[in-house]
Amino acid sequence: MELLLAIIIGLLTAAGVFLVLRARSFSVVVGLTLLSYAANLFLFSSGRLMTNAAVVLGAQEQHTDPIPQALVLTAIVIGFAMTAFVIILAMRSRADLGSDHVDGRLPVEEEKPS
Amino acid sequence: MRLAEHLPVLPILLPLAAAMVLALISEFKRRTKITISVVSAVLQLMVAATLVVQADGVADASPAAVYLLGNWAPPFGIVLLVDRLSALMLLLTSVLALPALVFAIARWDRVGVHFYGLFQLLLVGVNGAFLTNDLFNLFVFFEIMLAASYGLLLHGSGKARVRAGLRYIAVNLVSSSIFLVGVGLIYAASGSLNMADITVATSAMSHNEYTLLQAGAAVLAVAFLVKSAVWPLNFWLPTSYGVAVAPVAAMFSIMTKVGVYSLFRLWAIVVPEENFPGLETEADWLMGLAMLTLFFASLGMLAAQDLRRMAGVSIIASTGILLAGMSLGSPNAWAAALYYLLVSTLAVGGMFLLIDLLERIRQFGADLLAVTVEAFEAEGMVLPEQEEVGVAIPAALAFLGMSFVICGILITGLPPLSGFLAKFSLLVATLNPVEGAVQWWHWLLIALVIGSGLTGVITLLRLGIRLFWVPESHARPHLRIIEAAPVAWLLSLCIVLTVAAGPVMGYLERTVATLSFPHDTARAVLDAAPVPSPEEVR
Repeated sequence: MELLLAIIIGLLTAAGVFLVLRARSFSVVVGLTLLSYAANLFLFSSGRLMTNAAVVLGAQEQHTDPIPQALVLTAIVIGFAMTAFVIILAMRSRADLGSDHVDGRLPVEEEKPS
Repeated sequence: MRLAEHLPVLPILLPLAAAMVLALISEFKRRTKITISVVSAVLQLMVAATLVVQADGVADASPAAVYLLGNWAPPFGIVLLVDRLSALMLLLTSVLALPALVFAIARWDRVGVHFYGLFQLLLVGVNGAFLTNDLFNLFVFFEIMLAASYGLLLHGSGKARVRAGLRYIAVNLVSSSIFLVGVGLIYAASGSLNMADITVATSAMSHNEYTLLQAGAAVLAVAFLVKSAVWPLNFWLPTSYGVAVAPVAAMFSIMTKVGVYSLFRLWAIVVPEENFPGLETEADWLMGLAMLTLFFASLGMLAAQDLRRMAGVSIIASTGILLAGMSLGSPNAWAAALYYLLVSTLAVGGMFLLIDLLERIRQFGADLLAVTVEAFEAEGMVLPEQEEVGVAIPAALAFLGMSFVICGILITGLPPLSGFLAKFSLLVATLNPVEGAVQWWHWLLIALVIGSGLTGVITLLRLGIRLFWVPESHARPHLRIIEAAPVAWLLSLCIVLTVAAGPVMGYLERTVATLSFPHDTARAVLDAAPVPSPEEVR
């Protein structure tokens, strides 16, 4: 399970970085979301991975660490709000600047029709 | 319940309450909004001043106040810590916030909605980040601060702000993810989020755990370095600070300092107790980054074609100097760096406000004309001559000119004002390293510090000549007292810092003495007892 989680986090991060570097507002937003998923999963794993363990003391023989779960919950809420804000701003930027590139205009070589 | 016991939490609660009330009040009731904001800012100033006095009253290395939120015993729950450093930073924030707020009343609050509420939320975030002693809580306060700053950066709207805002937010969201990863690594290694608890636990850690902890701290430091605008993580700064409206840009000058402050706090976690304060060996990479930052800031200063960009770049230069002082590691260097922090924050804040006033005296296109004249050496261009006999300099123009000169002297660190004192004491500390002889890179640092001052002078002279000495480009400035007073307040504070350098340095030296024993402070934090419940007392 550790290997699986590590691969998933790695894939999410790689995809996130790739998308952020595409520099178009839609892919940047999706990339930022993927990056925050990766960070949240990573945070989740910092309390050690356990199967079949509740976060309540005494309910079972094994129990897992509740703090990372609380942290992830907080981080998800904050990330959700920020993503909403970025989407609104990206739409605004598309409307005001007439382009969905993060610079507000296309790089020169892209502008010419090929 | 006595108020004095709850003083440490007030810098967070006051602006938070004000922000909540302000969010409910209609935009049309501007007078009410102004009253609430100003009252909140003045109260924060008073609370911060009281905290500084309290913090200075205790013996070395013990915290002035440990505030247990929710009354949980220390390693559990969130702890607010007031020591000399955090009290000083709170005071600096409120001293800067008040003039920025007053300046905004003159005109800038009306170019968009919810200015006052967002301003108070920014203060919640900044004050909280200075006070908290819990890593994840630090993340939350960072996010509050950033969320407010996104709104404030876009205040006034317009293409330039939207463009800069999108980049600013994207960069900060990525750095927030990095922050979370760093916190996760530190939690995985130490099993705690309380900074005091982690600091104490480091001595009992196995080698593997300690390596993991250091990796986490390094990842976390990247997030802090983005905030404090270290090269190569600073390309977002000049553009976004340049487009923000003046009072917001002035407030933003404290935000890079939040990053530097957090690095100071992180220091205690990374460096083991036996070789604290962890001299040059531990800080080689930081010193390198600081020097590169200074170098590129000097280049950026020369390249700046307008004052806003120049002020933005000078924030980057001040970060470079601060981090260099920090990584020198000797108590004198730390005290000098903190003194420089005070001066540079106030001076750059004043500069941003002043630039806004200066831009009004310039006629449209004068800038472009000046550049063209320089570029093409168009000597033949005849500007219309005017009778210059007995032209009186308007008082407002004289005030602006004087303020510009004082600001320039402060930012570039020329004698006789406090900018010079800060840089001079830093150079003295550089030439007296704690261990060993003066190395080549000490000399390189000195050259860079002096060089950045020189490029600053060149740029300010160039821009100043273009601004003040261009014939016929002045509109007659209309200054209102609530716009001139904030600039005068910030600059006179810097002059007070010059005159009262002795007592201020004394306070800073005691601050550094506290910072030099973070493990003792951490133990004192963990020993803090929760307030007993009424039943137990009976």
